[in-house]
Amino acid sequence: MPRTEFSPSITSRPVYPGLTPQGATPAIMLAEGPGAEAILDLAALDASVMDLAHLIYIPAGHDAGPRLAALGAKMYREAPSYASALERYRKALADARMGTTLYLAGSEGMIGQAVAEALAAGLPPEAIQTEHRGTIARRMQCVHCKGVTENVTTDPFVCSHCGLTLFVRDHFSRRLGAFQGVCVDAETPGIVPAVQEIKP
Amino acid sequence: MTSRMLRVSAIEALSPLVSRFRFEDPEGALLPLFSGGAHVVVEMPDAGVLRRNAYSLISDPMDGSGYEIAVRREDGGRGGSKFLHTQVAEGDLMRISAPVNLFSLDLRAKKHVMIAGGIGITPFLAQLKQLARLQMPFELHYAARSRAEAAGLALLPASPQVHVHISEEGNRMDLGAILGSQPLGTHVYTCGPEGLIEAVAETGARFGWPRTALHSEVFMAPPPGAPFEVTLATSGKVVTVGAHQSLLEALEAAQVEVQWMCRGGACGRCETGVKSCHGTIEHHDHWLSDDEHARQTKIMPCVSRFKGETLVLDL
Ligand code: FES
Repeated sequence: MPRTEFSPSITSRPVYPGLTPQGATPAIMLAEGPGAEAILDLAALDASVMDLAHLIYIPAGHDAGPRLAALGAKMYREAPSYASALERYRKALADARMGTTLYLAGSEGMIGQAVAEALAAGLPPEAIQTEHRGTIARRMQCVHCKGVTENVTTDPFVCSHCGLTLFVRDHFSRRLGAFQGVCVDAETPGIVPAVQEIKP
Repeated sequence: MTSRMLRVSAIEALSPLVSRFRFEDPEGALLPLFSGGAHVVVEMPDAGVLRRNAYSLISDPMDGSGYEIAVRREDGGRGGSKFLHTQVAEGDLMRISAPVNLFSLDLRAKKHVMIAGGIGITPFLAQLKQLARLQMPFELHYAARSRAEAAGLALLPASPQVHVHISEEGNRMDLGAILGSQPLGTHVYTCGPEGLIEAVAETGARFGWPRTALHSEVFMAPPPGAPFEVTLATSGKVVTVGAHQSLLEALEAAQVEVQWMCRGGACGRCETGVKSCHGTIEHHDHWLSDDEHARQTKIMPCVSRFKGETLVLDL
C-alpha cells in the first residue's frame, strides 16, 4: 500500500509529508499495519537509521513483523494495539534526549495520538516525521458529548457515545489527536444528508 | 519609547572592569515589573552626543523598587560604557526607558539551559530569579577567561545547577557534554560573544537539536567605524555619521525621527529603506536575511554602517 495523498484542506488538517532518513541519530519509530512499509522504505534509503532506533510495531492485521524485525533496530517490539503499546512508547519518550527523531507511520488515529503524546513529552515538532499508510478511517471526537469514536469511515456518522448524527470536519485537535464531529441536523432535526464514504 | 528619569541610587564595582548600577524612582514610586531577559535603554548626554545604550536588567523581575544593570567598561568602544563608569555618580538623574524583552524564556520548555560567556551573564541573572520563582528545572553554564574577570560570580547563587567554567584554570566549557544529554523539552539560551553563539548552534546541529529550541542574544553595541555620509530622500539633507556614532544616533542628532527599540540590530524596529546605494552597506544586524543584506535595499541604522560613494535613505 503506497503513501496516501490527501486532497488539500484547511490549515487545521494534519499533513503527512513522508519519512526522510535523518541518519544514525537516536530514534523512536512507531508503525501500525501497512505503516511497516514506510519503515522498510526508510531503511532501504539509509540502513543506518536503524542503528539507534527503538521500533514498535502494531501489526493490525498486516503481517510485516518478520521483515521489520530483520531490519536490525537497536530494539524491536510488537504490540497488539496502540493502547497496549502506549506504556512502552511513553517510557521511550521519557528516556529520550534532545536530538531524538520520531518516525510515525500508519493511520491518522495512531499518528494523531502519538504526536500528541510526543509533544506533551516535550519533543519539538520539528523532530517528528509522519507518513500516512493504510486506512483513511478517522478518529473523531463528538464536540457535544466529547466522546471519541474510532475508525469512522462515513460522513455523516453516528456518535458511538451520545447517538447524535455528526458531520465529519477537517478541524483537527492536536491535543486530542482527533478530528471534530459536529451535529449535522441541529437546525433541521431528522433531516440528514446521504451517508458517503470518507475520501482521502 | 516610554522612559522616565531615575536616580542612580548605588554604584558598586563587581570586578576591575564591571560595575553594577542601581536606579530608583526619585519619589520612591514602584517601577514596572518585567521578565527575565529584558533590557532598558539608558540615555547618556556625552559631550554633545546623546547616546542611548541597551543593558540587560539583572535585578529581580518581580521587584519594582529599582532596576539594576551590570556594565563592562569598554575603553575601545564608542564611549557609552566608559561614560557610565567615569561620568556618572550616585545621586545623578538619568533617563531610562521602560523594559523591553527580546530574550525571554520560552515557558513551554520543560527545562532551561543557559549558556553565558563573559558579560553575557547579565540577562540570566534576572532569569535565574524568575526560574526560582517558577520552580522550573534549569542549569546555567558560565564561561569566563579568569576568575578576576568573571564579574558574575559575585551575583550568582551558590547552587548545584550553576556551573562555572574558567578557561584559565583549565576548566573549559564542553558544549558537547552540555547539549548531548538533555531531556526532551529542553530549551537552550546563549548570551555572549558571537563565537560562542555559533559554537552552540553548530554543536546543537550536530546533536540534532531543532533551531527553535536554541535561543541567543549577542552583545548589543553598535560597532564604531570610519565616518560616512547619508542623504535623505525627502529633504535632500546630508547627514554625517561620526566614527564613534551610529547612523541612528546621527539621524537623531539631525532631528530625523526613526523608530527604534533594541538599538542592537535584533528587533527590526528601525528597518529603513534604501533608495539608492553606490557602495557597500556594512550590515551588522541579526534582523535582515542574508539575501536582504546582499540586495542592499534595506538598512538597520542602529548598528549598520556604509562605505562608498552615496547612500540615499528612504527618509
Ligand atoms: S532598533 Fe532594533 S534593530 Fe535597530
